[in-house]
Amino acid sequence: MDRMALEDDVLLREVTRFIYREARLQDDHEYDAWEALWADDGVYLIPANGEGGDPEQEMSLVYDNRSRIALRIRQLHTGKRHTQAPRSRLCRIVSNIELLECEGDTIRVTANAVVYESNARGETVWPSRNEYLLRRVGGELRMSLKKVVLINNDKPLYTLSFLI
Amino acid sequence: MGAMEKPFNWAELVRPEHVHGSVYTDPAIFQADLEKIWYRTWVYVGHESEVPKPDDFVMKSIGPQPIIMTRDRDGKIQLLQNRCTHRGNQICQAHKGSASTFTCPYHGWNFGSDGELRGLPFSSGYEGVDRSKLALGRVARIASYKGFVFGSFASEGPTLEDHLGAAHVAIDKLVETSPEGEVEITAGFLQHKVKANWKLLVENETDGYHPQFVHASIFKVAESGIGSLYGPNSTALSRYFGNGHTEFDLRPEFRQRGQLLGWFGTTPEKYPEYVARMRAAYGDDKANAIMIDGTPHTMIFPNLFIAEIQMFVLQATAVDETVQHVTALQFKGAPELNRRMRQQTMGSVGSAGFLLADDGEMYERTQRGLQSRNPEWVYIGRGKHRERRDEQGLLISDVTDEVPSRGMWEHYRSMMEAK
Ligand code: FES
Ligand SMILES: [Fe+2]
Repeated sequence: MDRMALEDDVLLREVTRFIYREARLQDDHEYDAWEALWADDGVYLIPANGEGGDPEQEMSLVYDNRSRIALRIRQLHTGKRHTQAPRSRLCRIVSNIELLECEGDTIRVTANAVVYESNARGETVWPSRNEYLLRRVGGELRMSLKKVVLINNDKPLYTLSFLI
Repeated sequence: MGAMEKPFNWAELVRPEHVHGSVYTDPAIFQADLEKIWYRTWVYVGHESEVPKPDDFVMKSIGPQPIIMTRDRDGKIQLLQNRCTHRGNQICQAHKGSASTFTCPYHGWNFGSDGELRGLPFSSGYEGVDRSKLALGRVARIASYKGFVFGSFASEGPTLEDHLGAAHVAIDKLVETSPEGEVEITAGFLQHKVKANWKLLVENETDGYHPQFVHASIFKVAESGIGSLYGPNSTALSRYFGNGHTEFDLRPEFRQRGQLLGWFGTTPEKYPEYVARMRAAYGDDKANAIMIDGTPHTMIFPNLFIAEIQMFVLQATAVDETVQHVTALQFKGAPELNRRMRQQTMGSVGSAGFLLADDGEMYERTQRGLQSRNPEWVYIGRGKHRERRDEQGLLISDVTDEVPSRGMWEHYRSMMEAK
């Protein structure tokens, strides 16, 4: 294995650990620890209607800047976010993690995810293709973008109130 | 009444202050809802701005049936059924686009954007057949009010203006928020599905009793001033327009505050260009009044909810399933305001919305609750003793009262009883 490939491999392992950790924090509803994974300029984007066009122009399911991510977390913490009281029971599988490019200090990563949700309504499956922009902040990886493209987002969707 | 249809005693099921739980849960009643309401009265379908050019089309619906809304070559809006007149295949798979013709993929029949049959392959097999009788099915009547397109499957009945009645003011007020007097629907729709009967949603759109409880979490953390509009001391009103249409009239509260753009949680200093354009268009006094009063909060029966900054189109798909198609309202000539409309809409509604995810939870829990058989009735008597008439003779009451539900149900009963 040449040196580049080796460095890639080390980075891939670090990114994979980061994404698995993020998945576990989401499944466990560890809201604060999950919020701490965001960079200050973080954008959380869940497009509607396919890949989604320009989120500045078209409706997305979620298009949160960093302060709206914080608001989302504060709402969950009130205990009166009825749709998460009781909380959904969650189990997600994240796979196909690939590093697509490294530019400057930013790494573009893609992964596939399938989330099983169980709540009073029933069981719902949420399959998605995810994209991350990760950046090192004080030595630690942080998300500056997480884009979750649900593969059924062009159809009517049930309430999505857990962190995906 | 069809031979297979079970007769319902509507006056027994829908009483002045009580509604029987089965009207939300009985599949046979849902079928009756489709026949007597969704496939008969004026149903909102789409907005003219969604098909700006000839041959533009967009997929819409009336209840469970998909409807292709097109603008034909002559610029006329058409509401067509997505069903080939040969053997029933769906002719259009796209959500929207532009097409001068639709070709059925099964045997190649070809229809114009006006629905007319243009061509059929191997046509010698159809000698002597009158093609004009094989046009796509059309919604029997189409009418548009200030850009809002409605369809009715009944070939005869009240006009759209009759149907809207006093509620037309909601659309009048809404378009006046634009300095050019026009709403545009350009931001795309979220489709939020809930396992609940459509009438629970219609009622909740103008239920002023729930916000402080259902939306306590977001009111608390966003420190929004909305919560106090829906309290026991609010001067806002609930109103029944007739024909099933209902609203909250928030103007008394906004007039008391007297703040331009206060309804939108902002100030004129942040939107100087919009304020200037409004004043140029309407004159200072009228422009100021519009900017103080804000946009309507009106439920146009059975499926168009004008919700201040966004618009919901309700689609009844099953006795226990409803889809809310929702988008930000966009005002022609107000790009700065429109951006904030989109941002706030994305935050508050749709599957992940700060507000609507909790409304959705209530719809589903109520639908499940109604399966329990004791008590049999839903009680909608709140504020009965204090309901009154406004200057126009319309029924009003405090904003937390159930005047809108009582009005809606009275209209529902009359539609279900109609032959
Ligand atoms: S079903 Fe459409 S052409 Fe035959
Ligand atoms: Fe609500």
